[in-house]
Amino acid sequence: MALAGGTLPPDDVVVAALRTGDEAAFAALLDAWSRGMLRLARAYVSTDDSAQEVVQDAWLAVVEGIDGFEGRSSLKTWVHRILVNTAKKRGVRENRAIPWSSAFERQGGPSDGSSRFSGEDGVPPGPWKDFSVLWPTPEDEALASEVRGQIAAALAGLPDRQRIVITLRDVEGCTSEEVCEILDISAANQRVLLHRARTWVRARIEAYFETVGRPA
Amino acid sequence: MKRFRCAEVVELVTVYLEDALDEPARLGMEQHLACCGECGHRLDQFRAVIGVLGALPSEEDLRGDVRDRLLSAFRDRHRRGA
Repeated sequence: MALAGGTLPPDDVVVAALRTGDEAAFAALLDAWSRGMLRLARAYVSTDDSAQEVVQDAWLAVVEGIDGFEGRSSLKTWVHRILVNTAKKRGVRENRAIPWSSAFERQGGPSDGSSRFSGEDGVPPGPWKDFSVLWPTPEDEALASEVRGQIAAALAGLPDRQRIVITLRDVEGCTSEEVCEILDISAANQRVLLHRARTWVRARIEAYFETVGRPA
Repeated sequence: MKRFRCAEVVELVTVYLEDALDEPARLGMEQHLACCGECGHRLDQFRAVIGVLGALPSEEDLRGDVRDRLLSAFRDRHRRGA
């Protein structure tokens, strides 16, 4: 969204266009943000079809509510808050409610891999050193594409809250301030969830490299 | 300036990348990273993960019928409002 959104005009221009019924502006917004919104919605609901409906309902609420947008947050944050609220309601109906209470402070991270990096002795495990040269870089297309598949699988294995935060931050490119505003969580909570999620994803990739060994 | 152990550095990688450490802690972290190859690697790997996440292709696009419905709702809303 950040990337696609980079080509959008400033908020006041977009909002004015929406209010005057500029359909091209609305279409541009739909095309810039809907994919990221689908990805986010999918973290709350159980099927792709549900996610499509959530995104549709969120955009309908945006269309109805744009006259009331006061600009206290960015348009992107406002739209995504509407999306999250819509998705939560839908998730409740599907019994997939994700509580954002303080409960997650006590919740541990995923139970494998990550603990290795907080061992008493503080000595990192050996394999890192050996395959760090294999980590994907933009220049290494074939490997990067395979690692992307592994990362998608790793994301799917995360607890919901961690997946939502890492999706917003690292996949969609939102700032920490935006994530805190969209999800109504503190900066500290946001960082804890993000750190656990990144640690888990990194551990999954490590496991992948250990399994496949060094690609030819 | 605080001296960090590897285990502490590992836990602070995200805070460090968020630029949310206070100055003495940031300096201590950077000093540790400058002389600990393992933690330096780990930081690189964190950055690699973030880089790949940011380059993930979208699996799904808004369905054509949904997009059409939204555009027509937008038009209707404006005809009503005008």
